[in-house]
Amino acid sequence: MDIKAYIALSLILFTIGIVGVLIRRNAILIFMCVELMLNAVNLLLVAFSQMHAVSTAAKASVTYASDAQIFVFFIMIVAAAEVSVGLAIIVMLYRNIHSVDVNFLNRLKN
Amino acid sequence: MNNIFDFAWLIPVLPLIGFIINGGGRNVLSKGMSGFIGSAVVFLSFVISILVFCQVLKGQTATIHYFDFINIDNLKIGFDFKLDQLSSLFLLIITGVGFLIHVYSTSYMHGEPAKDFAKYFSFLNLFVFSMLLLVMGSNYVIMFMGWEGVGLCSYLLIGYWYKNKDFTRAGNKAFIMNRIGDFGFLIALFWMIDKLGTVSYDQVFSTENLAKLTATDIKWITLFLLLGATGKSAQIPLYTWLPDAMAGPTPVSALIHAATMVTAGIYMIARSNVLYSLAPVTMGVVAIIGLTTAILAASIALKQNDIKKVLAYSTVSQLGYMFLGLGVGAYTGAVFHVMTHAFFKALLFLGAGSVIHALGGEQDMRNMGGLKKHMKITHITFLIACFAIAGLPPFSGFFSKDEILAGAYGAHPAYWAIGVLGAAMTAFYMFRLYGMTFLGKFRGTQAQEDHLHESPAVITIPLIILAILSLFGGFIGIPEFMMKGGHKLQTFLDPIFSESNKILKEHPVSHSTEYLLIGISVGVALVMLVWAWMKYSKYQKTNEEAKGLSKVLENKWYIDETHDSILVRPLFAFSNFLNNIFEKKGIDGLVNGVGKTVNYGARQLRWLQSGQVGVYILLMVLGMLAFFIIQLFL
Repeated sequence: MDIKAYIALSLILFTIGIVGVLIRRNAILIFMCVELMLNAVNLLLVAFSQMHAVSTAAKASVTYASDAQIFVFFIMIVAAAEVSVGLAIIVMLYRNIHSVDVNFLNRLKN
Repeated sequence: MNNIFDFAWLIPVLPLIGFIINGGGRNVLSKGMSGFIGSAVVFLSFVISILVFCQVLKGQTATIHYFDFINIDNLKIGFDFKLDQLSSLFLLIITGVGFLIHVYSTSYMHGEPAKDFAKYFSFLNLFVFSMLLLVMGSNYVIMFMGWEGVGLCSYLLIGYWYKNKDFTRAGNKAFIMNRIGDFGFLIALFWMIDKLGTVSYDQVFSTENLAKLTATDIKWITLFLLLGATGKSAQIPLYTWLPDAMAGPTPVSALIHAATMVTAGIYMIARSNVLYSLAPVTMGVVAIIGLTTAILAASIALKQNDIKKVLAYSTVSQLGYMFLGLGVGAYTGAVFHVMTHAFFKALLFLGAGSVIHALGGEQDMRNMGGLKKHMKITHITFLIACFAIAGLPPFSGFFSKDEILAGAYGAHPAYWAIGVLGAAMTAFYMFRLYGMTFLGKFRGTQAQEDHLHESPAVITIPLIILAILSLFGGFIGIPEFMMKGGHKLQTFLDPIFSESNKILKEHPVSHSTEYLLIGISVGVALVMLVWAWMKYSKYQKTNEEAKGLSKVLENKWYIDETHDSILVRPLFAFSNFLNNIFEKKGIDGLVNGVGKTVNYGARQLRWLQSGQVGVYILLMVLGMLAFFIIQLFL
């Protein structure tokens, strides 16, 4: 498949993620949008990795093509850790203020 | 005691110790104690100075190195003392006359509280210390330290009665005038360091170093040194501080005017005689400054009514003669006059102090008169000093003044003529002073008249010693043409000035001319003396306003007023402008403006920190987009 399709899909996903983060006020949704952005990047990494894997330069080296895919695993692991912490915070937030609206979270302001 | 030079460091250190003891213990020491310490240290210095002088008399001189004062790269300035003919002679004058003044002060200042008494003596000692340092140093930097020291001490002593605003102002004036001169000295100092890399006398005056200096260098170095000398030795244009320095106690005036401070400039030029001899332009300037000062100050002294003011202007005038001597190359004559002047001027001041003391602080001569009957010793000694300063043979002033005048005649007869005019005025104002003070009837109040008394022995003994010196001091310098080998001082100082005498052309004057010159100057002085004596022995107080020239003279040629309007007031106006406009609007505006801008900017920027996470993220995204756009399209 053409690499451009992947790039386009990834861009769409990333933009949805950004716009979601910007306009949503629900903490869980924002969180999901962040995940969306991460996965958009993951998709791109995998796609480029696959594209390079068919090139002749890649055949000479064992690790060359798989570098990006290893990154993807790292991102997944970090994202998982982040989700566990983030969700825990959101749960505590809900217990304290009975809301997950991020606009209530400006209490340090004054 | 193998060599007295090993103990030479004690000469300045002893007064310094006296200063520390008196200064530190001013709350504990009794009056007798502090007076004794103050005088004793100077006396010990005097004894050592005599021994050093005897050693030098045998032809031995020395430069003693104590430690490195400044040692940077190639510039090495040692803390060295130089003991030679010139410095040992000055040592004698300073410590000898200084000692007499200290002794005199113990009685004169007796009315002061013990604390101030000790303070006074500590200042006197510091003054003597600074002056000794100035004279003994073997390079210009040490000289400069002493130079600054005497400036400081004169300020302290002139403003000794600091509760009187006018007196402190006189102290300030002396200090500031001196600072202007010191600036010149410093420039000359740096110039020397720049060109030669050394400031020690021996090296600066060595032939190889002199060869390194161009004529312009020498001209400007000597001119700047001269500016320093005019400040310290009260010459035009920086002389006005000296008459005001009369604000200090009378012994201080004697110390400043006779033994120390004002002779510093003469000493410095005499010390640098080699440089000056190589700069004919500067020599001319020195002579003209000296001559103008001598005439101007003498004319002012003619009409002053304050006994100390007359003496002050006479000092300025006599210093003018010394400068004239230096300017025409009669270095020995100038140094000779420093010495004789130290004797008779100290005597005059101390005598005037004795008079003021007897009259309970009265300084106006119009309220004196007839003191001859009441104060015999003061009267006789004062008369001797008047004869000496008027230049009548065989008093000491005659020899030194006529040597300078003879030198002036050799350089240019006009110098001589103006000099004689000044000498005539000197004779006149001195005998006007004498007549108004000692002759005629007493014009003060009845209470003062009842109180009149001769001063105690502590005051009169210094007077007698100084009178003897004024009477016979001149005999060490009898002119060659009167007595072969009579000029012992010239022979003694020859090693110092021989170099210059080689450079300067001799102006031989025939013996008959010399006799004629002396005859004229003595004759003129005598005529003026008799005239003043006749006129002022029957002086009556009048309320007539002075008119014409005498009014101008009474107001000192309006020099102070002129200074005030052309220098002081514009400066004040300028300072006011700087203070009110430039400082308040300009500098403060700038400083406060920076503060205000930051404050305002911060207040505006604070709105960005809304605490809304969404806004932050939006800004972040916009920033990233901007980066992308720049990266991809620009």
